[in-house]
Amino acid sequence: MSTIEERVKKIVCEQLGVKEDEVTNSASFVEDLGADSLDTVELVMALEEEFETEIPDEEAEKITTVQEAIDYVVAHS
Amino acid sequence: MSEEKNTEWLSQRMRRRVVVTGMGAITPVGNNVHDSWSALLAGRSGIEAISHLDTEGFSVSICGAVKGFDPDGVIDKKDARKMDVFIQYGVAAAAEAMADAGLVIDDHCAHRYGVAIGSGIGGLTSIEQNHSTLLNSGPRRISPFFIPAAIVNMAAGWVSMKYNLQGPNFATSTACATGSHAIALAARTIAYGDADLMVAGGAEKGSSALGMTGFAAARALSTRNHEPEKASRPWDADRDGFVLGDGAGILVLEEYEHAVKRGARIYAELSGVGMSGDAWHMTSPPEDGRGAARAMISALEDAGLVPENVSYINAHGTSTPAGDVAETRAIHQVFGAHVARLAVSSTKSMTGHLLGAAGAVEAVFSIKSLVEGVVPPTINLDQPGEGCDLDYVPHHARKMQMDHVLSNSFGFGGTNVTLAFSRLDS
Repeated sequence: MSTIEERVKKIVCEQLGVKEDEVTNSASFVEDLGADSLDTVELVMALEEEFETEIPDEEAEKITTVQEAIDYVVAHS
Repeated sequence: MSEEKNTEWLSQRMRRRVVVTGMGAITPVGNNVHDSWSALLAGRSGIEAISHLDTEGFSVSICGAVKGFDPDGVIDKKDARKMDVFIQYGVAAAAEAMADAGLVIDDHCAHRYGVAIGSGIGGLTSIEQNHSTLLNSGPRRISPFFIPAAIVNMAAGWVSMKYNLQGPNFATSTACATGSHAIALAARTIAYGDADLMVAGGAEKGSSALGMTGFAAARALSTRNHEPEKASRPWDADRDGFVLGDGAGILVLEEYEHAVKRGARIYAELSGVGMSGDAWHMTSPPEDGRGAARAMISALEDAGLVPENVSYINAHGTSTPAGDVAETRAIHQVFGAHVARLAVSSTKSMTGHLLGAAGAVEAVFSIKSLVEGVVPPTINLDQPGEGCDLDYVPHHARKMQMDHVLSNSFGFGGTNVTLAFSRLDS
């Protein structure tokens, strides 16, 4: 069974079309991984699906880095 | 009367000449211009039983699908996910046309280069998928890329981004005349001075479940499911409707002096454009084809040609009972006794009907005919139907020298476009 961190990183790789080694914990989706505003919306949707949760828009806006995504899932699972 | 007005306008305007310097095509018979053209000259059909959909219960289960299309290498993987398939076809055909044109784009000239790529329906597949998602998984699961993947002008948008084309950017959407309208209006854009170069054409992926069943419900499609390759048979006595096809066609149109100055290879001049409306019926033409005739007459006038100058017409010729006769009557009306020396063929007999891309791929084929001195055949024309009495170049391609050719496109809503292409030295 993969850890939450691994599952988050896998989704980020798939959604943003980036290589695994680029997806460091501190990586920013927009600044470092080339995401635009629509990419981040879709990324959050993919996280919702993977972890069977609903992330409210005001929370989703605060998830801008890989670590913040991991933290959110950990706190809400 | 309107003719006088038209002449006055022609004599007053400063007309910039428009030439074709690049071509690209994705069609049911080949994924580039060379392969598509070779297939047409060999009389090869691209119509097959549908394998990309479950057609259980469909009255029509055949189409001209694009085969073995792989956007990798032309479209970034991450970007491809955000595009409906019609956009991918459009971008891929544009890439071929741009490479063919050998154009170098720098910031100095980018604002003078534009894009006009239309689509008859747009991202129907994406609409279907997201509607299913809406019903099955709820509103929160709709993709943020749904709208930009589905809207008609997004092939034009993506091509502008890929090549930094900052000039006029638009899409036409006039059903089966879309591609020809895009080329016609792009040419006007250049002639009028709004741009020096336009990447123009059409892209379509109509063979989705809704597309197939919708056209079948309108009784527009051939139901010859047991003989796919024989289903599209323009002007034949046994024709029973058109066959849906997918793909894209793109021309690089350029102002003549601009093309000469950069040493571009010029295929042909887009010498004339004619447009009209039937004002008649949603899906049927008037029996005498008068709207089509007016489009052809306008194109000849615009090009400064008389009917006797024209050697070949790449017809709309969809294989529908009514449309094929109306176009034949229109050609008689325009060309009179000259029909005895006029070749008319329908490449839709092999590609099927590419809807919004049809006029664009047929513009490519018309130019190839002109440049190579050979007319592609109308296949499956075994026994001409009643009222179908032109020289339709049945079964086999024909070598002939040509100076001027026409390409006809007519669409639902009663919209008609004729493009005239001429050899530069004619």
